[in-house]
Amino acid sequence: MNTKVKIAGVEFKNPVMTASGTFGSGMEYSEFVDLNRLGAVVTKGVANVPWEGNPTPRIAETYGGMLNAIGLQNPGIDVFVERDMPFLEKYDTRIIVNVCGKTVEDYLEVVERLGDTKADMLEINVSCPNVKEGAIAFGQKADSLYGITSAVKKKARQPVIMKLSPNVTDIAEMARAAEAAGADALSMINTLTGMKIDVHKRKFVLANRTGGLSGPAVKPVAVRMVYQAAQAVKIPIIGMGGIANAEDALEFLLAGATAVAVGAMNFVNPYTTVEVVDGIEEYMEKYGIEDIRSLIGSVE
Amino acid sequence: MGQKKTEAKVLYQQEIADGIFDMWMETDLAQTAKAGQFLSVYPRNGGTLLPRPISICEADREAGRVRIVYRVAGKGTAELSGYHVNRKVNVLGNLGNGFPLDAAEGKRVFLTGGGIGIPPMLQLAKDLRQEGKAESVAVIVGYRDHQLFLKEDLEKYARVYVATEDGSAGVKGNVMDAIAENGLEADVVMACGPMPMLRAMKRYAREKGIVAYISLEERMACGVGACLGCVCRTVEKDAHSHVHNARICTEGPVFLASDVDI
Repeated sequence: MNTKVKIAGVEFKNPVMTASGTFGSGMEYSEFVDLNRLGAVVTKGVANVPWEGNPTPRIAETYGGMLNAIGLQNPGIDVFVERDMPFLEKYDTRIIVNVCGKTVEDYLEVVERLGDTKADMLEINVSCPNVKEGAIAFGQKADSLYGITSAVKKKARQPVIMKLSPNVTDIAEMARAAEAAGADALSMINTLTGMKIDVHKRKFVLANRTGGLSGPAVKPVAVRMVYQAAQAVKIPIIGMGGIANAEDALEFLLAGATAVAVGAMNFVNPYTTVEVVDGIEEYMEKYGIEDIRSLIGSVE
Repeated sequence: MGQKKTEAKVLYQQEIADGIFDMWMETDLAQTAKAGQFLSVYPRNGGTLLPRPISICEADREAGRVRIVYRVAGKGTAELSGYHVNRKVNVLGNLGNGFPLDAAEGKRVFLTGGGIGIPPMLQLAKDLRQEGKAESVAVIVGYRDHQLFLKEDLEKYARVYVATEDGSAGVKGNVMDAIAENGLEADVVMACGPMPMLRAMKRYAREKGIVAYISLEERMACGVGACLGCVCRTVEKDAHSHVHNARICTEGPVFLASDVDI
């Protein structure tokens, strides 16, 4: 049975990854999960300098999901390269570093620094809804997305994944813009912008007022968008949005994703990633599927 | 650290004050539980996704039993309050750092608890009594009214002073009023309770030139330090993100009051 997949020349032992921001740099969850079993660890977004993030409350539960407005708190590229990269390099898993910034120059600085590291791929976060500057501003208009993608591609020494926002009118147009600018792969979806109000206090629950919705509540939206993007472009897609088990992950593969990532459900069940790995193998055995790649985009 | 997600079994559950529930669970997490640590308790209802962080009230390490005393605050805790004996509960533990018992050595210690911040003071009082290194331990607890939950349990391990908001028992007012009224003095304060109480304890410690350890709470998602949801402002740059936002679930929930900006 083959569970290996390839994205932009990088081979993954299986298609199961972690979604950026839900797994730190792997250290916290290494208590629960054998990181060697994962296709890749996708890190929390890292910027050129440390970011403080937003005020609290940063978290709100919603039905079947959650809102977060962390605001990309991170220690900056220096600490990341000195502390987090050596930790991840100890494991037999691929390392995908999520990169965030406020300006194009910010992104490029991080991308350049990562060029000398053992990061296997870069994921460019142009879709975080929780920071005012940068981030999502690059990910909601096709021409801006094209611009940042081509700028990053010129500097990057690793293959580049553009992480797309679902908060757009036409996801296929965005996918095509990233592909045309040279993106090696797409990941989707980032969170959907949402809001929660405490009716007893008549106040916003999140200090940031709005936050990003994730968890099982968003899965049907994510599957639909992955399908639409897969129809629109030839580059591989990493699908994510509310994956809680192997069946959820398989939906994304069938819709056209080459790999999948587990996000908010890590918080609910720290073992979700490995359970998805096991569940996919059981599914393949049950249906006599020799090669996982035959499942990709095979929905009828 | 030895954190894990495990299935505990409900051994006992009782409402001990309006909306306050007392639950004993069977779990081997008891063996390593420290006073001031917390458990993440997972509701079964798929609509309520995130675990509920609840402080450890008491741990019977030999018998492998953990006690939590919690307030029904929403859908998750409402579900939990309906659990009968033998019901299985998913819990993640033991989380956070706990109170530093060493800091009590040779000192006169105040344990102050306000409302649903009272429960962790029980295991703390028990451990301090067992270690016997503190010069003295006084427990000062603030309640809304005469429903003095856990007071008798606390009295097994230390002298207990009570304040109530409505004056129906003990000193009318809050824990600060109870400290003043009873002429109490300490070298170390360990506190858990609502933010106004924690701010008052921090101020009190500064004025008296003593140290205070305070247990903070915040909305959490992962409980293990990955999501960066539950941070608090710190005076110095935090060790994890190198900004001024330490993770309450990981670097806390117990902080030296002078280290945090509350």
